[in-house]
Amino acid sequence: MSKPSENKQGAVQTTGHAWDGDLQEYNNPLPRWWLWGFYATVVFAVVYWFLYPAWPIGGTFTKGFATVTYEVNGEERTTHWNTRALLMRDMQTSPAAVRQREFLEVIAEATYDDILRDPDKISFVRSYAHGVFGDFCATCHQAGGAGIIGLYPTLADDDWLWGGTVERIEESIREGRLGYMPPFRETFDAEQLRAVSAYVLDIAGYDGGDEDEIRRGEAIFNGTDGGCFQCHDTGGTGRISQGAPNLTNNIWQIVDVAGAASYEARLALVQSVVRNGVQREMPAFGERLSPTEIKVLAAYVHQLGGGQ
Amino acid sequence: MNDASEQYYQARIPIYPRSVRGRFRSLKWGILALAYGVYFALPWLRWNREYGPEQAVMFDIPGRRFYLFDLVVYPQDIFWLAGFLMIAAVLLFLVTGVAGRVFCGYFCFQTLWTDVYMFIERVIQGERPARMRLDKQPWGVSKVLKKGATHASWLLVAFATGLTFTLYWADAGELVVQFFTGEAPFPAYATTLFLTTTTYMMAGLAREQVCTYMCPYARFQAVMFDRDTLIVSYDERRGEGTTGRAKAGGGLRTREARQAAGAGDCIDCGYCVQVCPTGIDIRDGLQYQCIHCALCIDACDNIMDRMGWPRGLIRYTSERALEGGKTRYLKSKTLGYSAALLIMTGLLIWSIATQAPLDATVMQVRQPLHVQLSDGSIQNSYEIRVNNKTQRPVELKVALDGPPDMTLDLGRVERIRLQPEHGTTLLARVRYQVPAGQSGPFDLTFRIVPQDTDEIPTLEMPAHFYVP
Repeated sequence: MSKPSENKQGAVQTTGHAWDGDLQEYNNPLPRWWLWGFYATVVFAVVYWFLYPAWPIGGTFTKGFATVTYEVNGEERTTHWNTRALLMRDMQTSPAAVRQREFLEVIAEATYDDILRDPDKISFVRSYAHGVFGDFCATCHQAGGAGIIGLYPTLADDDWLWGGTVERIEESIREGRLGYMPPFRETFDAEQLRAVSAYVLDIAGYDGGDEDEIRRGEAIFNGTDGGCFQCHDTGGTGRISQGAPNLTNNIWQIVDVAGAASYEARLALVQSVVRNGVQREMPAFGERLSPTEIKVLAAYVHQLGGGQ
Repeated sequence: MNDASEQYYQARIPIYPRSVRGRFRSLKWGILALAYGVYFALPWLRWNREYGPEQAVMFDIPGRRFYLFDLVVYPQDIFWLAGFLMIAAVLLFLVTGVAGRVFCGYFCFQTLWTDVYMFIERVIQGERPARMRLDKQPWGVSKVLKKGATHASWLLVAFATGLTFTLYWADAGELVVQFFTGEAPFPAYATTLFLTTTTYMMAGLAREQVCTYMCPYARFQAVMFDRDTLIVSYDERRGEGTTGRAKAGGGLRTREARQAAGAGDCIDCGYCVQVCPTGIDIRDGLQYQCIHCALCIDACDNIMDRMGWPRGLIRYTSERALEGGKTRYLKSKTLGYSAALLIMTGLLIWSIATQAPLDATVMQVRQPLHVQLSDGSIQNSYEIRVNNKTQRPVELKVALDGPPDMTLDLGRVERIRLQPEHGTTLLARVRYQVPAGQSGPFDLTFRIVPQDTDEIPTLEMPAHFYVP
């Protein structure tokens, strides 16, 4: 602290009280602008109490006279002033919200082809779906539909379990999907299991298998011994009505065959799938999302990269 | 609170500037009229545009477009603002170096608005002695009426100032109607209230205190001044003579008699002090409070005219000239500032004149960065944002330059037609069968090719293609 300033008489002004004989208190008045500023905040506070929620009283509080009106399910509701209600009102009536709603109606009326052809519509879909996809889909399928091997399929590639047309994608979202491959540990002995897995690696384009073993595996796959063709189709090209994947490409969803180090490791991975089977479920969103939201999502997923 | 007998800070000494007529006062009225005319009328000026608002000057924040007559400025052009501000700063340094605080005295809005407020004060309360009397006299009907009318007029000017400012940010006619029917957006009310308050306080109540205590410019003017800078100055040698200034009484009425007696030309009438809006005495030399408004020159010239003596006892002059030298205008500092100013202005004009009619940005989609497709090729996705800054529709094609066999897929989007002043975002998917043994990232270039026109150049935007 600086030295107390002195007035013209050379004496520091005190409050006039004295304790213990000579103990005195300096009087340093506040700058006037500061003082008036302080009074202004007091006035502001009192006005605030009347307008906005302020004082707690037991389990409740003073609500203030300011109100917010917003809509809930088409019904007008007025509450005391609070930011949550303000947000609700803003989401319903702000110019940006109104514009978004208008554009959503355009999307609802448009055909898929129309949406996918028009740069404006598809870019609206993309920005709107960022939110919906993020809320409902990205938890499993990851942002941008990247997917996780072993758990959730990738939506950004062109390999589709249940079909990649925009109508099939919509159906998948609305109705949900139940993916099932039975375990074959009871059906196949170790040799059969190895043979059929070698065949699967062969049609996926991996060299290194024993030719005889592959031929035996082919017979099992496409014959009644294994019956794999009933879902995966003869030759393993997949069948979207069953959600059975195409095995002839290098896209793997349950085990990371492409990332494995050796032929034996790949073979072991494929065998594990055949032995244990697969059971996956995508829940139905028909009840949870509006038809327009489903439409937006279907178009969004379609344009991610592999829509047919 | 103790009483106010103890003062730890100096209270403002009231200033009652006397009015004055003269060259500089007329010039200042002229500048004031021009400035007010531009400020208050500009939002109302209509402008014919094919697209966009019919307002000549409008800063459309929600639409992110800034209309200045025939120029439309987009947020991407924000560096123009930086350029403009730098030019303004260098211009200020140049002018200050040559002619002192010209900005303060003639152009600063604090000076302009204070002038208007003082004018109102004088019309309602009268000249300096009348105002001093009014302040001393006890409160009564006439004092309340006069003071009330003054403050009411001030508030009205302040309100007009604040409201006009908001008109630059929306359609003026619409906003005024909305404002008075209670339907204007909240920021319009908040801005108007804020500017009304600050205008009233700064021009009405604080006045010269803004210049002396708040404005940093007064404090660093000394850095820009040199011995050749024009300053408003009292010619001490002429004014004081050998024995100092003397009243024009007794035997000192003529110049000859005064010179014989050693008295200077200053008759110590005090007119120059009375007209000073910052309440200083120019005869004490250059002071940081002086805003170079030149009103004391007018005052002294009037007196000199009446005495029949040559004008210029107080005049624009330089320190060097006062010492008997000659003011030098062409100095390296002045020339340097002028050169910088010319270059910067040239660059800004060139940049505005060659504003790209089309702009685009490419952003790589990073989630996922790449995906493998069923035929073994790798796919990367890019979001391309294109803006059409012209005043007519533009049709576009997107093409790709990259390694051979790299393909571009825009989905079903075939026709890209951008409305004037509109933009859109395209998702471009690029596929590449990576040759064995090669690893990324690969370089590629998107080309945005405007169709059916030669005026708009093709945009080329580089990007990278990543592989696992």
